[in-house]
Amino acid sequence: MDSILPQLLTGLAGASSLFLVASGLTIIFGVTRIVNFSHGSLMMLGAYIGWSILTRLPREPEWFVLGVLATVLATALIGVVLEVVVLRRVYRAPELFQLLATFGVVLVLQDVTLWLWGPVELPLPRGRWLRQFVEIGGSRFPMYDLILILVGPVVLGLLWLLMNRTRWGTLVRAATLDREMVAALGVNQRTLFTAVFALGAGLAGLGGALSLPNSSANLNIDLAIITDAFVVVVVGGLGSLTGAFVASLLIGILQAFGIVLVPKITLVLVFLVMAVVLVFRPNGLLGRPQAEAREATVAAPVIRAAPPELRALGVAALLLAIAAPFIVGEYYLTVLTDACVAILFAVSLHFMMGPGGMASFGHAAWFGIGAYAAGLLMQWIGAPMPVGLLAAPVAAGIVAALFGWFVVRLSGVYLSMLTLAFAQIVWAICFQWVDVTGGDNGLLGLVRPAWAHDARVFYWLALALSVGGALLLRRMLYAPYGYALRAARDSAARARAIGLDVQSLRIVAIVIAGAACGLSGAIFSYGKGSIFPTYITISHSVEALLMVLLGGLQTVAGPIIGALVYTGLADILVRSTDLWRLVLGAVIVLLVVAFPEGIAGAARRLWLRGREA
Amino acid sequence: MSVLVVQGLSKSFGGVQAVGDVSFAVSPGEMLALIGPNGAGKSTCFNMVGGQLNPDKGSVLLEGKAITGLSPRAISRAGVGRTFQITATFGSMTVRENVQMALLSHHREIWQFWRPVAGRHLTEADALLAQVGLEAQAERATGVLAYGDLKRLELAIALANRPRLLLMDEPTAGMAPVERVGLMKLTRRLATERGVAVLFTEHDMDVVFDVSDRILVLNRGVLIAEGDGDSIRANPAVREIYLGTGATSGGH
Repeated sequence: MDSILPQLLTGLAGASSLFLVASGLTIIFGVTRIVNFSHGSLMMLGAYIGWSILTRLPREPEWFVLGVLATVLATALIGVVLEVVVLRRVYRAPELFQLLATFGVVLVLQDVTLWLWGPVELPLPRGRWLRQFVEIGGSRFPMYDLILILVGPVVLGLLWLLMNRTRWGTLVRAATLDREMVAALGVNQRTLFTAVFALGAGLAGLGGALSLPNSSANLNIDLAIITDAFVVVVVGGLGSLTGAFVASLLIGILQAFGIVLVPKITLVLVFLVMAVVLVFRPNGLLGRPQAEAREATVAAPVIRAAPPELRALGVAALLLAIAAPFIVGEYYLTVLTDACVAILFAVSLHFMMGPGGMASFGHAAWFGIGAYAAGLLMQWIGAPMPVGLLAAPVAAGIVAALFGWFVVRLSGVYLSMLTLAFAQIVWAICFQWVDVTGGDNGLLGLVRPAWAHDARVFYWLALALSVGGALLLRRMLYAPYGYALRAARDSAARARAIGLDVQSLRIVAIVIAGAACGLSGAIFSYGKGSIFPTYITISHSVEALLMVLLGGLQTVAGPIIGALVYTGLADILVRSTDLWRLVLGAVIVLLVVAFPEGIAGAARRLWLRGREA
Repeated sequence: MSVLVVQGLSKSFGGVQAVGDVSFAVSPGEMLALIGPNGAGKSTCFNMVGGQLNPDKGSVLLEGKAITGLSPRAISRAGVGRTFQITATFGSMTVRENVQMALLSHHREIWQFWRPVAGRHLTEADALLAQVGLEAQAERATGVLAYGDLKRLELAIALANRPRLLLMDEPTAGMAPVERVGLMKLTRRLATERGVAVLFTEHDMDVVFDVSDRILVLNRGVLIAEGDGDSIRANPAVREIYLGTGATSGGH
């Protein structure tokens, strides 16, 4: 047990870095109500900018401090630009579109960073003082880690002073509680929001720069740190600084000990802690129930049956899709098969997110569960494809039922965060349980039966399953169950007052969405012949979100259009430019700014122009 | 036989007694008004009957069966309809669909995944809409209705469940005076026709004295008077809290 003290200190050092990033995220969320996906990218930029500055300075401690401060200023400045150019334009858009916009920013910043600094990891050459050790309890401990441990509480203290002892801080706290009221009292919201964003970005930059001596500037920082920061912020309670600090300590120490004691399930452990905290304290350790932002509670438009013209268009598109194998070549047939998978993937997410009102950041989990269910059944008992295609939705549905039972009481952002956490757990299991899942190497050799071997036949199968699934889900939405689900979303109080069981309605929605998504995962796997943990990554989940939000939440046709547009766009971009992330991200941001109700929603609005909704 | 019998209902919040030992009963077709100054415990009382709050002590009987501490959903199933102080309707549906939704729930047809809602219980839905005077607006989106119409829609939704008891929390709050009288006259008529017991809270004294059969007056969580309009008007204790201190709240 000699390792307890050093391990504890390592954990505390990790907690400090985590806190720097999480505190910025939580402050920004508190005031602007934006879940800033690009916060990790700001930290990444902080690391890269820090590297560029620090490698040009002498390697003495005082220069290090100066360089870090310069980095903080630079990142804060980038934050200001981001806020003014992008976020300011989407404050009035629905929460999820803001999220989408910030994810667009993530993509843009990824390519900008790649373009400026190149793909190679950039370690910081460490000066002598950075290599010094301190003897503690008989073991040598890096001095830099001790400094890091101090930085956390110092920053917390400074932030506390800023928030509680200055007029500006009072305004920020007031805006966190009720921003409309603060605006009504004549406070300039614009400058306040910009300043808050700059502060948050600066903190992320500080975290990035301070992480350099222990790691490096690399392109994976953004998504890796944003997951951890989300966990910390959610566990601590959204908008609570002290909560973020406590949660950072908890998670940091857990990670440090987890790596030693249970290396294989550290990731799972972290997310389990988050799940447990949220079950007992649905608003996080120190969070308070969120006040609804008033302007966001605009009623969703009435869903009416599609106009005949649109139906005709749909039928025409379907006929064209059926005839496609005779028209297009092999390559496009693959793209079209992928599009079929994407349609079911997006439609299933839309089911729980639109009518169900439960946004999922981890929809890829069901996709992966379906895929692995089919793959493992084949590996264990040689189950053929039809069995696999049947087992996938069943397996995903069962897991979704357990998960749904667990999360259904949570509200809004917290539920979304738990979906993200759950997807990360599934990913970790598939990635780390090598004996069963093959880990990174995946499951290979998923064979199609002879009759479906031909790419065209398989395309038709995929088309039939995906369109059939989509139509089935649509049918449910127009049936009493779908209406009841929508009723529970529109007004839970009214729904209960007419005798609806809101929680059961929601759990079933999660199950149906999970099962349909599981099927799409299995189709995809049989199409590719192999299964990898990458099916369950955050970026895959975000793809589903992108499709749904691009198409628009408020129409049933929306996710289908979104899936097609996204698949087409991604295909064209990937083949035509190396900077496809940059272009895709920019397109997303532009779309959100231009069509906050999605493509289908905007088309519907134009269609209905001059008539009453 | 009373529809609703409330006995010895009590509730405290952190040591402050909001409602203490309140008992009353409502008969079929009777409109019972619950009045009192702000903070008298009207809403607390109301929410304990409706299931939003769990009482510390006491019992609530609906047609002889205890519904004390049940969930709002179970209480609705037992035959209680309600309208909210701030209207709660299904914004993404048309006016008719709102009522259809309530009817589907009443007929236990929610867990059906195939047959579309369109066209189901149309006659019943339109009859309910006609009763509250919304038949001409059946196709409109709920979100575009005027506030008074929303209140009437809520009433239609509440009635779809064929309730024995109707709970109305500040039914006329936020309405123009003319609309108030209209809505309460409508409620009065429906209560008499259908034999529904109505328990409502209200700030507008004109409305209260106009339509209610009986009035309960709460002050600081305690029932201080009970009787018809005339006896309440003449009651010195009531005059004391409403007139004596000048602390009236919203009376016109």
